[in-house]
Amino acid sequence: MSTVAQTFKETARRLTRDLRHRELIQNALGKYYVGRDEKKARFQNWQEARQAAAEIKWDAVNHLDKYLEEFVSKLEARGTKVFWASTGQQACDYIVEVAKKRNVRSIVKSKAMTGEEIHLAQALEKSGVEVVETDLGEYIVQLREEPPYHIVFPAMHLTRHEISDLFTKKLGTAPTDNPEELTMIARRTLRKKYCAADMGISGANFAVAETGMISLTTNEGNGRLSTSLPKVHVAVIGIEKVLPTLDDLALFLPMLATAGAAQAVSCYNTFIGGPRQDGESDGPEEFHVVLLDNGRTRLLADAEQRDTLHCIRCGACLNVCPIYKNIGGHTYGTTYMGPIGSVLTPHLRGLKEWKHLSFASSLCGACTEACPVKIDLHHHLLQNRRNAIRCASPWWEKLIFKGFVTLMNHPAFYRLGVKLGWFGQKFHWLVKGTRLDPMYAWTQSREAPPLALHTFKDYWRRKKS
Amino acid sequence: MKISLFIPCFIDACYPQVGISMAQVLERLGHQVEYPEDFTCCGQPAFNSGYWDEARAVAEKVLAMYRSAEIIVGVSGSCGAMMTTFYKELFHGTPLEAEANAHAAKCWEFSDFLVTKLGVTDVGAKFPAKVTFHDGCHGLRELGLKKQPRALLAKVKGLELIEMGAAESCCGFGGTFAVKFPMISTAMGEVKCDSALKTNADYIVSCDASCLMHIQGLADRQKKPLRTMHLAEVLAKQ
Amino acid sequence: MSEREPILGRIREALRAAAPKPGLLSGPGQRVPAHEKRPTDFRPWLPAVGESFDERAALFAKNSAELKTDFQLVADRAELQTKLVALAHAEGWKKIATHAGDLTNFAFAALGMPVVRTDSRYDVNELESSDAGITECDALVAQTGSVVVTTRSAGGRALSVLPPHHVVLARRDQLLRDLPAAFAALKRQYGSDYPSMMCLITGPSRTGDIERILVLGAHGPKKLTIFCL
Repeated sequence: MSTVAQTFKETARRLTRDLRHRELIQNALGKYYVGRDEKKARFQNWQEARQAAAEIKWDAVNHLDKYLEEFVSKLEARGTKVFWASTGQQACDYIVEVAKKRNVRSIVKSKAMTGEEIHLAQALEKSGVEVVETDLGEYIVQLREEPPYHIVFPAMHLTRHEISDLFTKKLGTAPTDNPEELTMIARRTLRKKYCAADMGISGANFAVAETGMISLTTNEGNGRLSTSLPKVHVAVIGIEKVLPTLDDLALFLPMLATAGAAQAVSCYNTFIGGPRQDGESDGPEEFHVVLLDNGRTRLLADAEQRDTLHCIRCGACLNVCPIYKNIGGHTYGTTYMGPIGSVLTPHLRGLKEWKHLSFASSLCGACTEACPVKIDLHHHLLQNRRNAIRCASPWWEKLIFKGFVTLMNHPAFYRLGVKLGWFGQKFHWLVKGTRLDPMYAWTQSREAPPLALHTFKDYWRRKKS
Repeated sequence: MKISLFIPCFIDACYPQVGISMAQVLERLGHQVEYPEDFTCCGQPAFNSGYWDEARAVAEKVLAMYRSAEIIVGVSGSCGAMMTTFYKELFHGTPLEAEANAHAAKCWEFSDFLVTKLGVTDVGAKFPAKVTFHDGCHGLRELGLKKQPRALLAKVKGLELIEMGAAESCCGFGGTFAVKFPMISTAMGEVKCDSALKTNADYIVSCDASCLMHIQGLADRQKKPLRTMHLAEVLAKQ
Repeated sequence: MSEREPILGRIREALRAAAPKPGLLSGPGQRVPAHEKRPTDFRPWLPAVGESFDERAALFAKNSAELKTDFQLVADRAELQTKLVALAHAEGWKKIATHAGDLTNFAFAALGMPVVRTDSRYDVNELESSDAGITECDALVAQTGSVVVTTRSAGGRALSVLPPHHVVLARRDQLLRDLPAAFAALKRQYGSDYPSMMCLITGPSRTGDIERILVLGAHGPKKLTIFCL
């Protein structure tokens, strides 16, 4: 087992026993479910809307070269500098270089999962630049020096008391239990940062090919401020973010907000198509768009799982995932957590080391049902399992399943096996729940079902005769 | 109607009463039932564990066994989903693809068969008890079982259905997941047990005996006053 | 070095294998027939909106109440003046920020107080210390309770987001039905020469990042007031 798999299991073991954690997450998501269902009900037809969204994303991803070229040429025509990065390292190097050239000392960053993915903040900090996360949740986890707990709700795992303690320790503010006061502390602190920053960094929720614009969704307004005040704006965007037309946003913005945050639409949906244009009074002098591959073309080449690139990072699959709800976001040890992370990470970071994530699922399909763009998430988990077994499987497990085939394809063996099992279970108490128990993985926390003396097959034989 | 029964391996070996109940209800409704005695397993444990070649080896036998069946009625949402949805995936691009599709079209889950295919909701059952219903994931999301079992329960004399919170949440079984990640599986089961306990129901009923096996095993170990019963057993009570 | 060609090359190579169409594996409750061509009209599925002005205004008001936007239909400029002055008084405004425009010029004249103008280069700290940012807009969207602003209609990028109170002055004919109508209007208005920033503002700035409890004014305005003439 890989070390990351080992760590995953150990952390999962700890957190699944932590009832306070379980309750915190259940409470936080309880509110989301109510709001989401209410907003979904406003759609005249949610299932049709999902199918349409999936078809549009299919079109975009399956003609990615065409749409990317259109997106880029429109952007460049209005003075945007576009950089294509094959790897996260290349993207980081480029942005560090831009910061150096423009003499950047401080950066305000709007939430961007791509930034997390390539460890952009760390790279910039290493080059001597201050990077401040501006999304409140991101700011909180940045102060705690930990990664986001959720794609959309980064600080979901913390109580107001913990946040108050954190602010007291790091910012020297008076303790308070009031979420509004805590938010205002962050607002005051970050206002100064916006006004002083030389560079703003953002991601993008969509890249509109037709008009050459990025679409950026935030609720707090940090996306607006980060892209309005500093003299340089850099947007880091996965190549799969493309949407063919501006009109498509009329479908995608409400779906993103409904699925992701239980809102009809988010507070600020901002479409940026260039740096400050002639006649405009503010906005950055330079606008850089960094298009990130970083493993995405590898996923694109897997036709079976290509729809994974439809993902709009709404987090809906995390919110409904019973695994996520019990182990939390940090246990995954990945940038993208929850079901989408379990599907994606083996492609981005290697199946051998990350295959355990595909096995750590009950395949309940709640994720697939919740996905607004109809990614077949649990089917992909199954395919990842198949692929993992093809590339390497432990000899003993192979042996078990060879045995399974033999047993199941020879009814006489099967019958004999059940009878032997019935006999054997009489002695099970000798080892039950101990490490010697062959069923330990089950019996450590659950009672085993007793094998019946008279099976259904016995019943049927009696019935016939 | 001539019906071929599909009795999954663990029902045969651990919960024969569930299979017997289904056969009895179908016969009570005047149907002729048959059972391919050589049937063992649908292959799901191998499929879910990534061993698709092994799963196919078992599934091929299943296809052959039921080739001449007119209609197949099974008593497990999960294994039912395997024989319909997942066989199609398993045999996709193989010479048996067409047969897997034809096979899937003949398969019915018990409650779906009664309500959708036969249009029957009252099977003449009587069971004076308070029950809550757990939606097994595969039955719910792969086969669309939601209204069907509830329609049947509504017609059981003396029975009161009390819905639990998050009835659609997974119980944490998930086949080999339960033994590969027992800690997560157990935590999920605890959440499910808590939801069920809050209803004060006498029984948790489900279309899926595998979920019930997990819930019962956990409740017994943690000494929680929960009893489980398969829908077929409820419908067989008179 | 930009990796444009290698990336495009990998994409083209990858796309040689065809991907299955979406929705083929959907469960029974989620399955809908696939469309012949990718859809372009989303109206039949999105939240419904009435055709008439009254229906649009009623929905906008309902959405505003939910979003905690203060939405007021005003009969004429005289009423607008009264309401603006009352608002300025109630909140104790000492300095406002605005941009040139028919309605904004009127508002500025009506209020008669120190002003920061964002039509050309301005001092960010001056804008930040203004009590309210008063802007016009491109459109209002009944379906979502949104205001559409652009750098051209609303005095640049920061005016509508930096001051603590954003006041929008709109005309009745700007109240559109839904999002498809809003994007169509933007296309009509700007065509091939879009402003560098356009934004759909839906309610005052908000966050739920602390225990999922709603707090207004996370970074942007704590208040959003819309006067519709």
